[in-house]
Amino acid sequence: MKFRIPPQLIPLFASVAVLVALYAGGCLAFAGFTSPRVVINLFGDNAFLGVAAVGATFVILSGGIDLSVGAVVALSTISIAALLDHGTSPLIAIVVVLTGGAAFGAFLGLLIHWFELPPFLITLGGMFLARGLGFAVHAESLGITNPFYGDTIGGLARPVAHVTTTSGRLQTLTLPFTAQCFLAVVLLAALAAKWTRFGRNLYAIGSSETSARLMGVPIGRTKVLVYTLAGFLSALGGVVATFYMQSGNPASFVGLELDAIAAVVIGGTLLRGGVGFVPGTLVGVLILGIIQTLINFKGDLNTWWTKIAIGGLLLVFIMLQQTLSRRRRG
Amino acid sequence: MNVLFSLVFWSALAVGLFFSWRKPVFWPLLALALLLLFNQLFTDGFFRVEIRDGHLYGTLIDILNQGAKVMLLALGMTLVIATGGVDLSVGAIMAISGAVLAQRFVGAGWSPSLAIAGALGLSVLAGAWNGVLVAILRVQPIVATLILMVAGRGLAQLITDGQIITFENPALVYMGNGFLLGLPFTLTLVLVMLGVTALLTRRTALGLFIEAVGDNETASHFTGLPARQVKFIAYVFAGLCAGIAGLVAASNIKCADSNHAGLYLELDAILATVIGGTALTGGRFYLAGSMIGALLIQTLTQTLYMRNVSADIAPVPKAIVILAVCLLQSPKLRERFASLNRRKAPA
Repeated sequence: MKFRIPPQLIPLFASVAVLVALYAGGCLAFAGFTSPRVVINLFGDNAFLGVAAVGATFVILSGGIDLSVGAVVALSTISIAALLDHGTSPLIAIVVVLTGGAAFGAFLGLLIHWFELPPFLITLGGMFLARGLGFAVHAESLGITNPFYGDTIGGLARPVAHVTTTSGRLQTLTLPFTAQCFLAVVLLAALAAKWTRFGRNLYAIGSSETSARLMGVPIGRTKVLVYTLAGFLSALGGVVATFYMQSGNPASFVGLELDAIAAVVIGGTLLRGGVGFVPGTLVGVLILGIIQTLINFKGDLNTWWTKIAIGGLLLVFIMLQQTLSRRRRG
Repeated sequence: MNVLFSLVFWSALAVGLFFSWRKPVFWPLLALALLLLFNQLFTDGFFRVEIRDGHLYGTLIDILNQGAKVMLLALGMTLVIATGGVDLSVGAIMAISGAVLAQRFVGAGWSPSLAIAGALGLSVLAGAWNGVLVAILRVQPIVATLILMVAGRGLAQLITDGQIITFENPALVYMGNGFLLGLPFTLTLVLVMLGVTALLTRRTALGLFIEAVGDNETASHFTGLPARQVKFIAYVFAGLCAGIAGLVAASNIKCADSNHAGLYLELDAILATVIGGTALTGGRFYLAGSMIGALLIQTLTQTLYMRNVSADIAPVPKAIVILAVCLLQSPKLRERFASLNRRKAPA
């Protein structure tokens, strides 16, 4: 029996190869790159993007698109900061924001499904709406001073590695709570996509909505659920971002939706829908993060190289997918 | 003078509405008219137009001048959407165009006309890049143009080395701020481009080809239409329009700001096109509708500005317009209304 790699897995393997190559290149080029701290920061710094990108993965798998990600994340951060500023307990604030995010997503999903409207335009409207609402909640950046944020969240960091500092002392490195959230979301989402009826319906709709309808897949329920989930995960991304930044800002995260979509595509999910993997998005987010880290390490490279590099990677992966899907058809 | 002006303006609008009755342009025009009526009644000074140094000044003139960028973008976007595609990269192309203009003129010492040619040349090239991806390599339009949307702003910063390059040359400043026959020069630019586009698409077969390709690419291919070339041309044209809009944007503020030039304007252009009656699914297009759509967006922005609504909250009304327009154009909603009417009609 000959072993063949399933064609839909090739982009995923390619992403992993790129990630490994980038990491190896970084290790060879920079002395400090081999430190476990780099890997830990990679997860911690990109956690909010990762959580939001998982939501984007679901939407894209269903054949849709969500442009409201960045605005919803920003709205969530400022809502939490404002609620805490008014003296609300942190847990209640988080629950309120997560519920709000899910409701917002459900609203967009209902519009898309009921009136058969293009997701592109509806989520564009959602983007403007959330952005404006964020400024309506509080027009400026607002710091979070609640002790829950400093102590409780800080205390949830888990020790994962030990390094010897230059002064010879043994130091324990901890995985921040944000990174734990990110990993937990990826794990749960991967299980949901693979093992639940909802996940299977998602792939069916993304591949061909007509066929899915004929097979009796509940199109409406699945679609509304997918946008609800995306709204929820964007809000969760916002919550994670407040853990990370200790503040809320209505003007932040402009264009985060593009990073999320780029991470999804680089992670091997077809933008046409129906083909892709949640763990691929994890890899995509890490690739974006490692490019940023490399450029930071290099020091003399300017930030705009990040955008050009991401654009170049997008091109490579889209071309790869294009060739693969054509070969399968032909 | 102002009473007379208002009288002429409203009669013209009424005539326009009368002749567009039952045409797709009617609804956006009606929305524009209603928004203007609101301002006529409730916003002080909205319709005040005065002549200073032989130039017209006033809010309405500002709308035309500021709306020019989106009108230019919407021209190219309309043709692209008509082929069943979409171009997300026009905002980034604007940034590239402005960056080339300023860098070539200030940094490399080119003459203004040469710098303009260089900027437009690179914009056309950017459009051709999108065209190759979509038409030849058959990448989905959203994905194909996403590449340049992400990378384009980086390229623009690469060209200007991350600096904001300012220029004072009168010819370059004229493009975005000058007046011709008392009206802003940008308006002339829009009218010329609109005229050329309308002539090329409605007086030659090109428009028909575009609609055919957008309606059913396979069928038009088998009918013998050069489907790929038609798509390619649409993206190149969108690149050119974006380039011109980029020149206007840079000239407006007398500098090339790669971070902010044309930011989110691709979304405005798509919105203007959709408001104008061109469906995202392609197959039909309405140039006049897109222009009215662009004016509607700009009038809304200006209205909020004149009524002291904070610029930060301004996205909310815009979102409501998007959602309302989408709902109005939803075939599903029309179906429901149609079935309601049928029930009411005597059997």
